[in-house]
Amino acid sequence: MLRRLALRGIALGYLLVILLAPLGMVFYRTFQSGLEPVWQALSDPNTIHAFKVTLIAAAIAVPLNTVFGILCGLAIVRRRFRGKGLLNAFIDLPLAVSPVVIGLCLYLLYGRTGWFGPWLTGHGFQVLFALPAIVLATIFVSVPFVAREVIPTLRELGNEQEQAAATLGANRWQRFWRITLPSIRWAVIYGVVLTTARCLGEYGAVAIVSGRVQGSTETATLRVDDYLNNFNDAGAYAVSLVLATIAVLVLVAMTTIRPREGH
Amino acid sequence: MRRFLFPALIITAVLVPAGAAQARRAGTNLNLVAFSTPKAVMGKLIASFQSKPAGQGVTFSQSYGPSGSQAKAIVAGQPADIAFLSNGLDINTIANAGLVSKNWANGPQDGIAANSVVAFVVRPGNPLHIHSWSDLVKPGVKVVTPDPFPSGGAKWNVLAAYGQARKSGMSNKKAIAWVTKLFKNVVAQPTSASAAASAFFGGEGDVLITYESEAYTAFAAGKQGKLIVPKPTMLIQLPMVALKSAPPAAAAFIKFIHSPVQQKIFARNGYRPVIKSVLKDPSLATWKHKYNTGPTFRIRDKLFGGWNKANTVWFDPAHGRMLQIEQAVGGPTS
Amino acid sequence: MISTYLLIIVVLPLAALLWESKKNGAHSFWQVVTSPEALSALKLTFGASFIVVLINAVLGTITAWVLVRDDFRGKSMVNAVIDLPFALPTIVAGVTLLALYGPRSPVGLHLAYTRAAIVLALCFVTLPFVIRTVQPVLIELDVEMEEAARSLGASQFTVFRRVVLPNILPGILSGSVLALARALGEIGSIVVLTNGLLSTEVASLFIYNQVQDAETTNAAAVAMVLLGAAFILLLAVGALRYFVTRHERA
Repeated sequence: MLRRLALRGIALGYLLVILLAPLGMVFYRTFQSGLEPVWQALSDPNTIHAFKVTLIAAAIAVPLNTVFGILCGLAIVRRRFRGKGLLNAFIDLPLAVSPVVIGLCLYLLYGRTGWFGPWLTGHGFQVLFALPAIVLATIFVSVPFVAREVIPTLRELGNEQEQAAATLGANRWQRFWRITLPSIRWAVIYGVVLTTARCLGEYGAVAIVSGRVQGSTETATLRVDDYLNNFNDAGAYAVSLVLATIAVLVLVAMTTIRPREGH
Repeated sequence: MRRFLFPALIITAVLVPAGAAQARRAGTNLNLVAFSTPKAVMGKLIASFQSKPAGQGVTFSQSYGPSGSQAKAIVAGQPADIAFLSNGLDINTIANAGLVSKNWANGPQDGIAANSVVAFVVRPGNPLHIHSWSDLVKPGVKVVTPDPFPSGGAKWNVLAAYGQARKSGMSNKKAIAWVTKLFKNVVAQPTSASAAASAFFGGEGDVLITYESEAYTAFAAGKQGKLIVPKPTMLIQLPMVALKSAPPAAAAFIKFIHSPVQQKIFARNGYRPVIKSVLKDPSLATWKHKYNTGPTFRIRDKLFGGWNKANTVWFDPAHGRMLQIEQAVGGPTS
Repeated sequence: MISTYLLIIVVLPLAALLWESKKNGAHSFWQVVTSPEALSALKLTFGASFIVVLINAVLGTITAWVLVRDDFRGKSMVNAVIDLPFALPTIVAGVTLLALYGPRSPVGLHLAYTRAAIVLALCFVTLPFVIRTVQPVLIELDVEMEEAARSLGASQFTVFRRVVLPNILPGILSGSVLALARALGEIGSIVVLTNGLLSTEVASLFIYNQVQDAETTNAAAVAMVLLGAAFILLLAVGALRYFVTRHERA
C-alpha cells in the first residue's frame, strides 16, 4: 500500500514539476497584467497575420502529407519492392533530425548562392526568406505522422477484404475508396491531428528560413520570439496561450480518437 | 503521366504563395531590414514619412534582428530596399556583395541616420553603486552584453570597453587584459541587443551594457532600471542606406531621415540626432539636457582606425582578439 | 510518385547538406567538428540528452506503471496530459519553463540560463516517449505470471526484476532511443532558456548561430554529426522492432 502511494507520488510529482506547473504558469502570467495587453497583442495586425501564415503553411502541409502517408502506407505494407527499409528510414528521418538542420538544408538549396536559389530568384520566385520556404520547412517536419499511424493499422488489417472485393469485380479505385480508406479512417484522422499539431508548433527550421518580416513571413511561434525580444512579455504569453489552448484541443482530439482505433 | 502529378502538386503548392505574395504589392512596398532595437522609433518614422507626399501609398515590410546576421541575410538573398544597421561594418558587408554603393559613407551625414552612445543600465536604486567602467570588473558583478559576433551593439560595447581602458592610460596589452576581465563577469551573451535587454529586464544579471537609446526604449515600455552613461564612452553611429535595387521611394525615405521632422522624432525617442541643431528646439530642452553626458570617442579615431581595421583586429572569426577572449571565458566564438 | 515526393522534400535537402559539409574536404570537416565551440556544444548535447534519457527510463516506467496498475481520481486526465509535449509548440514550452523556473520564478528556483534548464527543457519534450512505449506492454502483460511468482515466495522486487522487467525492457529501450533522438535535436525551448555562453549552447543552437553568421560549412559539419546520430538511432529502433516481433512470433 505504501509502495503504491510512493510510486503514485513519484509519478505525479514528476508530471507536476515538468508538465503541469509550467502550463499553469502560462495561463497565470498571461492575465497577470490584465486583459488589455493581451487584447492588444492578439489584435495587432502583425500577430493576426502571423497566425495566418502558420495556418496557410499547415493548410498546405497537412493534405500533402496525408495523401503521401496513405499512399506510402499502402506501398510499404501491400507491395514488394527493393529499398523498403531505406524508404522507412527516410520517412522516419524528420522525427529524428533537428529542425535547424532542416532549415540549414533549405538555406543551402534556395539561398542566393544555393543550388536552386539563383535560378529561382532570377525568374522572380522568392523562396528563401519568404512563404515558400516556410511551407517547405513545415512539410518536411510533418512528413512522418500519417504514414506511421497508417502502416501498423494496415498491417493488422490485412487485405482479405480487398481480395474478396476483387473477386466480386470491384476495380482498384472502388476497392481503395470503399474498403481500404474507411478501414484506416481513424488511423488517418489520428495522424492528421498529430501532423497539424506539429505544423502549428514548428520553430527551429522556420526561424532560419523565414527572414522574420513582420506582417509577412513571421509565424505564430516566431511572433512569440518577437514579443519576447521587444519587452512585450504580455504579448509573448498571449500568443503562447493561444497556441497552448490549441494544443489542449489537439490533446482532447487525440484522447477521444485513440480508443476508437485501439491504440 | 501520374508520376508527374505529385511533383507538380508540390511545386504549385510552393510557388503559388510566392507569386501571390508578389502580386499583392500594388503600391510601392519597401523592405526595411534593421538591427534589433529600433522597432519602436521606426514605427513613428514610417508613419511620419507616410504622411508626406513622397510617402503616400508607400508600405513597409520590416524585419529586425542582430545587425551582423541581418547583413548576412541580405547577402544571402533576404529581400531588402533599406538597410538600417547598427554599424558601418555591416553596411560594408552588403557593399562588398555589390548590393550597396561602396561609397555609401560619402553620402549626407556620412550615411548616418542617428547616433547613440554605449551606456549601462542597472537595477532601480543602483544597489551595486555602478557609476563607471571600473565598477564593472569588480568581483561578483554580473554583466549582460550581447554576443559580439552576430550583434552590432555588442561590437560597440567591446570597442568602447577597450577604448576607455586605453584612454585611462592603459597600454594595449593591459587594455586587452581589462576587457578579458570584464568578460569574466559576463553571465549572458544573447544573440542581439534586444535579446540582451530582454534578458536583463527579465531579471538576469546586475548591469546591462547597451545602446543609450535601447535603455530609453525599455523605460518607455515600462521597464524598471537606471541609465548610467559612463565617462568616457563611445559614440554609436547608426547607418541607413538604400540598396541599389530599391525603388525611388527608398532614396526619398533616407533623404527625409535627415529632415528636422525625422531628426526630432529620433531625439524624442532616445536617439541622438545627427543634425544637432534640432536640439535647439525648446520642446526638446529636456532631451538636450539628457544627451549632455560627457566625452565620447569614435570609430574613426586613430585608436580604432575605422570599422574595417577594428573588425580585422577584434572580430575576425579566425584571429580576432574577441575570439581569444571568448575562449578564455567560455563564451561563444561565433 | 511517393519516391518523387520524398526526393524533393527530404532527400534533396539532405543531399545539399552532405555536399556542403564535405565542401572543404575531410580535414576541414574534422577541424570544425573538433573546434572548442563545436566540441563543447556536441558534448553538452549528448551529455544532457543521455541524462534526460536515463531520467525518462526510470520515471517514465514508474509513470507508466502507475497509469496501468494504479487507480485514482483524475487518472484518465493525467493519462491524456502526458501527450502535451507532442502537441505544444516547443517555444511555448520554453516560455512556460522560463516563467516558472526563470529569474522571476514564483517558487524561488532560478534555473534559467543554466545547464539544469537544458535538462528540464529536454525532460519536457521527451516526457511521453518511454511512457507511451511501456504502457501497451504493461497492459498486455499477464498478471497471473506475477501472482504465480509471488505465490512461490518471490519478493515484490524479485517479481519485478525477473518477471516484469524482461517483458517491458524492449518497450523501455525503444522509448529511450526515440527520446534520445528527440532530445539531440531540440531547439525551440532551448532558445528561450539559453544565456548565449558555451555552458548552455547545445549543438542545434551552435548550428543556428553558424547559419546566422553565414558560416554554412561549419553549420553543415556539425549538422552531419547530428544526422549521423539520428540515422544510427533510427536503425536501432528498427532493429529493436525486428527483434521484438521475431521474439513474439516465436
